[in-house]
Amino acid sequence: MHRIQPLERLSASALPRFGGKAVALAELTRRGYSVPRSLAIPCDCYRDYLQATGLGGRLTMELGRKEFSQMRWEELWDAALRIRNLFLTTPLPTSIETEISTAMDRHFVEQPLVFRSSAPGEDSATCSFAGLHDSFVNVRGRGEQLLAIRKVWASLWSDRALLYRQELGLTVADSHMAVLVQEMIEGKKSGVAFSLAPDNRQQLTIEAVWGLNQGLVDGSVEPDSWHIDRDSLRMVSYRDAHSSHKLAPRGGHVQLVPLAATEQGPVLNDSELAVVVQRVMALERDFSAPQDCEWTWRDGQLVLLQTRPITTVPAEDNRHWYFNLHRSLANLKQLQRRIETEIMPGMEAVANQLAQVDLMALPDGALIEEFRQRLQQQQYWEEAYRSDCIPMAHGIRLFGEFYNDELQPQDPFEFLELLRGGELRALERNRRMMALAKRWVAGADSSIMAEIDALAAELSLLPDQLKRLLLQFTDQQQPEVSQSRENLEVAYCTHFPTAEWPQAEEILEIGRASYRLRDDDNISLAQLSREVKRSEAEMRRRCTAGDKPELVALLDRLAGRESGLSSPSLGDNNSEDRDVRARQLQGQPASSGLATAVARVIRSEEDLADFKRGEILVCDAIDPVMTFIVPLAAGIVERRGGMLIHGAIIAREYGIPCVSGIAGAADIINSGDLLTIDGYLGLVFFPATSGLLSPALRPHSLRKELDDALRQ
Amino acid sequence: MDTLRQQIKDILSEQSLGVLATSAKGHPYTSLVGYVVTDQLDELLFATHRATRKYGYLQADARVSLLVDSRSNQVEDFREAVALSAIGTAREVPSEQRDRLMQLFLARHPYLAEFVRSPGCALCLIKVQRYSLVQRFQDVLELDFDAPHPAP
Repeated sequence: MHRIQPLERLSASALPRFGGKAVALAELTRRGYSVPRSLAIPCDCYRDYLQATGLGGRLTMELGRKEFSQMRWEELWDAALRIRNLFLTTPLPTSIETEISTAMDRHFVEQPLVFRSSAPGEDSATCSFAGLHDSFVNVRGRGEQLLAIRKVWASLWSDRALLYRQELGLTVADSHMAVLVQEMIEGKKSGVAFSLAPDNRQQLTIEAVWGLNQGLVDGSVEPDSWHIDRDSLRMVSYRDAHSSHKLAPRGGHVQLVPLAATEQGPVLNDSELAVVVQRVMALERDFSAPQDCEWTWRDGQLVLLQTRPITTVPAEDNRHWYFNLHRSLANLKQLQRRIETEIMPGMEAVANQLAQVDLMALPDGALIEEFRQRLQQQQYWEEAYRSDCIPMAHGIRLFGEFYNDELQPQDPFEFLELLRGGELRALERNRRMMALAKRWVAGADSSIMAEIDALAAELSLLPDQLKRLLLQFTDQQQPEVSQSRENLEVAYCTHFPTAEWPQAEEILEIGRASYRLRDDDNISLAQLSREVKRSEAEMRRRCTAGDKPELVALLDRLAGRESGLSSPSLGDNNSEDRDVRARQLQGQPASSGLATAVARVIRSEEDLADFKRGEILVCDAIDPVMTFIVPLAAGIVERRGGMLIHGAIIAREYGIPCVSGIAGAADIINSGDLLTIDGYLGLVFFPATSGLLSPALRPHSLRKELDDALRQ
Repeated sequence: MDTLRQQIKDILSEQSLGVLATSAKGHPYTSLVGYVVTDQLDELLFATHRATRKYGYLQADARVSLLVDSRSNQVEDFREAVALSAIGTAREVPSEQRDRLMQLFLARHPYLAEFVRSPGCALCLIKVQRYSLVQRFQDVLELDFDAPHPAP
């Protein structure tokens, strides 16, 4: 008896082995619906793969790195990427490869195929988690097809799935993934249908695009949409998306192509719309629950690609916001344009305009009004930051996944090296600081002093504070120009055949833009925040100078406000128990390297001026305006976790080790503590407390050990 | 004696973690480590970060003991569990043997690959001078290897 089964042989009892999607499609086949010819690879194959390769143990190690409830979305993505790379770099054992290949040979001729996840519990009657796992469309060649199976398995541990780990009961021991292999249907038009509209229980809704349904699902093509009355089946509304492109198969990939002249106007005509409507209502009757189905038209026939019960997500569940961060290449290009041509210039224009206002000349009432308007401006641009700039960071992830899929490096974050070295504004500002420091040390004149004053204002420091820092900048570290980056770039370019290079280049470019903008847009926003703070400081000055009850009342109200961009607190880490102390902490590796030095905890901008060259910078979160201090640091420890946080991006540019995701870093660590940090593994050690029963290790000898290790 | 060697081999291959005792200034300190034993039984490998206390202690005093046992946290353990102590000296593996011994270690602990390959990690080798095997609560057998300094 073969383990890998054609769809038509699966019964409802096969669900635990073959997953909800496969079993639902099998039911559709039995009921006479048209579905693609399909083969189901059971969970047993996934389980055997983990067992035979030792991957289960490595998954356990990865998942045990840190308490999930304390992870930010960036950290979940990092974890998911590391896990995905484990699957990419762990080949199938020969016996499993032969078993799957033989079944595929028996069932399909040499043809492009589609690979879909079918996890038990994913699409059950009580819970449906659409979009957690990955599908791969138009996969050609047996090697790529076998790799696609591992990629579907890896998506059991996608960042979205990790977000819903509790509902899914996700554990290495008990979670498995079946895979549905389907013939590729190049539909002329495709879409989704909800028998119950998410926003109106009296209606159903249809969305449709030209070409492959993947374009709609991944958000790269805006769909036409219809709302239909469920009782009368009459159309209530239609929205024309005016799309200009469709997703179509090209080689072994899919690609956005312009619509043909015959593909203008509504995607579905009236009779096609009626067929889709009748079909989704029939599905609801057959499955006794509202259904969400995907379909495509082939040769005048409606083919169902999948169906699952609709579940409503509670409004208070903000995890859907994370789903929204997954953007297509086309969408990212739109975002890039908007950020570069509208958002950043917009923020800066407003900030420059506000900087011209002589706040000291304003009467109290006008100052209050000015301050309120500034707050409104800040809120408006913070919203733009949230809606466009944060999702733009997905460009880094898109490139990372593409790079790892294509080149399968041992280090899942090798791709970051290819994104580095662009003209980050923070680096440009740091170069400016260094040049100014050199000129000042060589001889101060009035123009240099004016520049120092201006830079101090830009960095929210007093001129004297900046001067103290500038003295340390005179022989400061330069950003590293990496030889490995050039080698990787050559390897990347030569990896792709000529026909595939344009797409590879496009994805690299969006990755680089995303990497650069992730830091640059913060600097623009910081200019605006500085203007808000300037007006707040002026109000405080007047309160100190005299009796100003109106200003005091406003400032008191502000005292309780939190910035919309603040990171969630992870709870109280201020232990009252003085006998308890940390000796070693595990976070996330964010920039490689080892360092042993004294810690300097930065709690506010005022602390920055005390920073001494060679100290380890410890903070809750490196604010983009703080990154000028990074070149002076021997290393960085930060509460916020992830490879893509600002501190990590700048640290990598300067080749400084960084450990992120240390919960309560600024509370556990004190200025003056001797630390050893390991940016390869994400570890922070307190050597002094390691030596309670014997003299503490001398810093320089430990440093030597670590240096020797690095040289090996 | 062949039986004793086989017993030692069995318990070392059945288990994967042991309790490593180091000391400094005469005060002992214990840590749980993953280990692997070589074919001749006279060498044991474990990995630790260079910034850990146990690594610091090893620099001060290379003498160590490693306890490996088969307990299952039941009353029966008192009669049925076997406990093996390896006594010897530990040092970081010489660079010319590092690749070979790392392969040996990772064959047993593949999930530690990232850790063992990272620059801060030290792969350490215990040169065993004596094994002491305790079974049925009080039966103790010992196996000595040639050692420059007699084990305690």
